[in-house]
Amino acid sequence: MSLRGATALVGAYDTAVGVVPDRTATELCAEAIRGAVADAGLDLEDVDGLITCNSMAQPILYHAEAMAEYLQMYPHLCMTLPTGGGTTVSALAHAAAAIQAGTAGTVVMVMADSLRSGLTRDQAMRLQSSTGHPDFEQPYGPTVPAYYALIAQAHMATFGTTPEQLARVAVDTRAHAARNETAQMRDLITVDDVLNSRPIADPLRLLECSLVSDGGAAVVLTSAERARDLKQAPVYCLGFGEGHSHEHISQARDLTTSAAAVSGAAAYAMAGVSPSDFAFAQLYDCFTPTVLVELEDLGFCAKGEGGAYLESEGMGPGARLPVNTHGGMLSHCHPGNPGAMFGLTEAIRQLRGDCGERQVENANLGLFHAQGGIMSSHATLVLGREC
Amino acid sequence: MEKVLPQRVDGVSAPFFEGASDGVLKIQHCADCGHWQFYPRPFCTACGADDPAWEVTRGRGTVASFSIVRRGLTKAYEAPYAVALIDLAEGPRLMSNIIDCDPENITVGAAVEVAFASWSEAITLPVFRLSTEGGTL
Repeated sequence: MSLRGATALVGAYDTAVGVVPDRTATELCAEAIRGAVADAGLDLEDVDGLITCNSMAQPILYHAEAMAEYLQMYPHLCMTLPTGGGTTVSALAHAAAAIQAGTAGTVVMVMADSLRSGLTRDQAMRLQSSTGHPDFEQPYGPTVPAYYALIAQAHMATFGTTPEQLARVAVDTRAHAARNETAQMRDLITVDDVLNSRPIADPLRLLECSLVSDGGAAVVLTSAERARDLKQAPVYCLGFGEGHSHEHISQARDLTTSAAAVSGAAAYAMAGVSPSDFAFAQLYDCFTPTVLVELEDLGFCAKGEGGAYLESEGMGPGARLPVNTHGGMLSHCHPGNPGAMFGLTEAIRQLRGDCGERQVENANLGLFHAQGGIMSSHATLVLGREC
Repeated sequence: MEKVLPQRVDGVSAPFFEGASDGVLKIQHCADCGHWQFYPRPFCTACGADDPAWEVTRGRGTVASFSIVRRGLTKAYEAPYAVALIDLAEGPRLMSNIIDCDPENITVGAAVEVAFASWSEAITLPVFRLSTEGGTL
């Protein structure tokens, strides 16, 4: 039985993001859960599934269980998924399967962290780089930007992608953020600004790296049938896809093609859609090359032509395919694992038509894609206003 | 402040680290199917044979990709330094550093050869230098 259209997202909530020193990660997480449930017009007692992602600043051994206790929730489905950014959609697919199987009715998925205020800069850097292999990568001193720089460098060497083309990702993302009052960085930037920003890990510069933030977000998933009786216009989950090619970048089978190609194809097939059908896409953007490779692997241009696509089409407001209409992790916020959640809540708001100045026209079908590790784990979600 | 040390240097990985201390780059080479394998595992990922044999490599390879890190991981890592993915002549890819060169001279595809550097009193790791012969430089 297909999951196509079986479930819908009926609640979404973002906490304050950026620098939020007066809230712990646990408090942000609780706020996001309560906010999303209220947005759906439900009470906590209506929720019987809770999926969380652990915090780096305030880790809890059994996180989801502890959050349920904190809120005095008594779910039947309760799990912590620690696989990083790509967690987001894959967890939703499993929740949707549980709802379809009847083992859960209404599930909240939440992620929150205090990467900015709860950790020192060095702690955050060291923690995030621990994604590298402990014996055969980390000793050589790769930072997280360096891992992604390896992908950018390989793409440039193989396909002739230029620094100017990559910079367009940062410039266009900032143009979206300028229209979003909740975004952490809203001043418009140019390609020259990007290229003149401080080198971090060649060929990547400061403005090509995502932010370090506090914040959290949550969504509520329920059956399509139940969704029709709830407060918000349902946003239907039409296609799910998941793909995994490696964990450590030195073990990747291909540096310039990712398992986004696998997860995207699966999600499109389930939904019965093709890339040209989307009004917008929210793509994981921890660094500029992440978006470059995703645009190719998700079928918006041919392999190797991502640079030329960015140069000719762009991805800012008014582009053929606006990408990261909230400002992404490059300009809106990136509290670590929760980073992708804000692309998901934005997709829900776009499909509801709630985005005001930055509302995309004819937003009937949207794409959300997240990845985790170093282009390792990928998950794609096709969302629509109609079933 | 010390550099990050590999967490497990005994067990299945012992020949790799012992080899580095002796000045050779050893990786697994399955006697059953001929598959060269890195990182070490107690089985061959190609044919499933147990306990693949170890063999000394030629220590030569090419740069699959690299990054010049401008902001070091910790104070123990003095930036700029080169983190690279090296494709060994035998096949497997590994992460390493490229040392003793102007970072501007590193290119994707450049020929490199192994060298060894001390990480602590007990730990030596393979690193690479740009080749002076038979390479692209």
